[in-house]
Amino acid sequence: MAVIVNPLIVCQDMWKVYRVGDVTVQALRGVSLTIEQGEFVAIMGSSGSGKSTLMNILGCLDKPSQGHYWLDGADTGSLRSDQLAEIRNQQIGFVFQSFNLIPRTSALENAQLPLFYRGLPLRQQRALAAAALERVGLRGREEHSPTQLSGGQQQRVAIARALVATPSLLLADEPTGNLDTQSSREIMDILSALNQEGMTVILVTHENDVAACAAREVVIKDGQIQSDRVTKAKIHVAEA
Amino acid sequence: MFTWLTIVTALRILRRNRLRAGLTLLGIVIGVAAVIAMVSIGEGAKQAVQKQIASMGTNVILIWPSGTTVGGVRGAQGGAVTLTVGDAVDLKKKVHVLTDTGWYTRGAMQIVNGSQNWNCSVYGTSPSYLTIRDWSYSSGGAFTQADLDSAARVAILGQTVVENLFDHGEEPVGAAIRINNVPFRVIGVFSPKGQSAQGWDQDDVVFIPYSTAERKVLGTQFLGSVGAIAASTARSEDLETAVEDIRSVMRARHRLQGEQPDDFTIRTQVDMGKVQEGTSETLTVMLMVIASVSLLVGGIGIMNILLVSVTERTREIGIRMAVGAKRVHIMTQFLIEAMTLGVVGGFIGVLVGILAARLTTIIAGWPTIISSDAVVIAFIFSVAVGLFFGLYPANKAARLNPIEALRYE
Ligand SMILES: Nc1ncnc2c1ncn2[C@@H]1O[C@H](COP(=O)(O)OP(=O)(O)O)[C@@H](O)[C@H]1O
Ligand SMILES: [Mg+2]
Repeated sequence: MAVIVNPLIVCQDMWKVYRVGDVTVQALRGVSLTIEQGEFVAIMGSSGSGKSTLMNILGCLDKPSQGHYWLDGADTGSLRSDQLAEIRNQQIGFVFQSFNLIPRTSALENAQLPLFYRGLPLRQQRALAAAALERVGLRGREEHSPTQLSGGQQQRVAIARALVATPSLLLADEPTGNLDTQSSREIMDILSALNQEGMTVILVTHENDVAACAAREVVIKDGQIQSDRVTKAKIHVAEA
Repeated sequence: MFTWLTIVTALRILRRNRLRAGLTLLGIVIGVAAVIAMVSIGEGAKQAVQKQIASMGTNVILIWPSGTTVGGVRGAQGGAVTLTVGDAVDLKKKVHVLTDTGWYTRGAMQIVNGSQNWNCSVYGTSPSYLTIRDWSYSSGGAFTQADLDSAARVAILGQTVVENLFDHGEEPVGAAIRINNVPFRVIGVFSPKGQSAQGWDQDDVVFIPYSTAERKVLGTQFLGSVGAIAASTARSEDLETAVEDIRSVMRARHRLQGEQPDDFTIRTQVDMGKVQEGTSETLTVMLMVIASVSLLVGGIGIMNILLVSVTERTREIGIRMAVGAKRVHIMTQFLIEAMTLGVVGGFIGVLVGILAARLTTIIAGWPTIISSDAVVIAFIFSVAVGLFFGLYPANKAARLNPIEALRYE
């Protein structure tokens, strides 16, 4: 018997138009995309093609100018800013190219942040954040501030922050863009492992070897999806 | 939980920008300190005045010839002397609520004790005047009716006069002094009375019997003319009737017709108290206004630092929003920062204000009273100022768009 699972992400004919003075920029021009729970998707494309714009919408940080985006069955277009904040807090982990850690604040406290806004007791926040840091291999670095960490370590703190609240969706916009190959490999290992555990991972990258970790590759050009193909056969588990 | 952690965060952010926060706090600190110091000086002055008024005797009525200053004692400068001993005696007879009447005449004289000399006001009074004013003596006592009848050469000295004429430890009572070259015997010394509400030294005086003054020392414009009359009632409720009756008796004695204005002024201690209290209340209100303005300036300082902080931390706000901070969270964070500034500023301000009041007492010798009301109100006000002026920056932060905030350089 086939089990019907709701797709985690459904985008339908999404447009994003920016207006700067008299000039309008069409960053997205009719993007439709469906992503199932547990997928590992790489989004590729040249600079300025609209990848970040798409990621921001998927991460509920921004809204499309036109079209619809359903996340886990909910139409995000109809949600208020507080409801979107709650979705970001509970369902989404976001990793940025520029790390975006809060300066002069320890790794532990950075990793704690989503739990802080969830209102968990402090002790539980600390325990979960410490576990997340350990998970990304930063045990013993809890009290280091961002300036005391290397780029790769900072990005790992950012990943710890993204996964601390166990979201169903992890979005990473060029997470290795500012890193050397060694650090990049470590980051990709972590993301792969998270995907193995069932987390849906969507990743923007320029690099082919980074994209090779994913099972599906979506290429964007001038705000439109140019190609969308499965690069690895999906491994089906647990058909009991 | 959230609130507590936010307070901790706010405190840490303030500590990080210690100098800037300190400079911002300065406005609030000065405002609160000013409120507390000024109110306590005002209260101190008010209480000093009240104490002094009480010391003059509560049921006392004073009558001066019109044309003299309200203080009366500064003298009838050129004005016609219109009061006489006869007025005083007649008032006692005709106004039944009066328990007694007294009178004085006054002049500036040279007092000599051995080789020392001193110039001061000499009052020639009836013994009843001394009873009415109810002054106390640090040694010796008052002169009597017999002294008045015999125009005895006896004198009571104020503390300042004693200090200037006698060596330390020398007993003035019994000493022989000369007033305007006339020999006198000192029979008493007044307890120190301090400055009057008008600011003159009430201890720089010598009192002698009226008759002695009139015949042997001061002389008077005509026989029986006096500078002022004092009267007393048994109960303060009688003051009003007494004033009315005195007025009609005096008008009759001075043959004033219906339209003619009084040629005398009547004041009770209650009236004088009201004037004084009014003055110090105006002062307090004025000081409060000044203090409020500086609190306002402090509040604008808080708003300024928070606006700078919101701009500086735009990216941080974006990060917080990206991980799920709601508008209310961002808003609360900045409001708590603003209130923390208010609380810390208010607290330091209270301490500085109390210190300033103490120093005023120690250095300038003004009496001050730390009013707990003022402390509480100033503190609450400073927190409210922080909250009020934090609203705009906090709202500005909360309304940021997460994407734009994250992209902010
Ligand atoms: N806030 C904005 N205002 C105006 N134009 C924007 C804005 N954000 C992105 N764009 C434009 O949209 C296009 C897509 O940008 P982006 O999604 O960042 O591309 P990518 O991430 O693929 O490099 C670009 O042309 C960019 O200039
Ligand atoms: Mg981009």
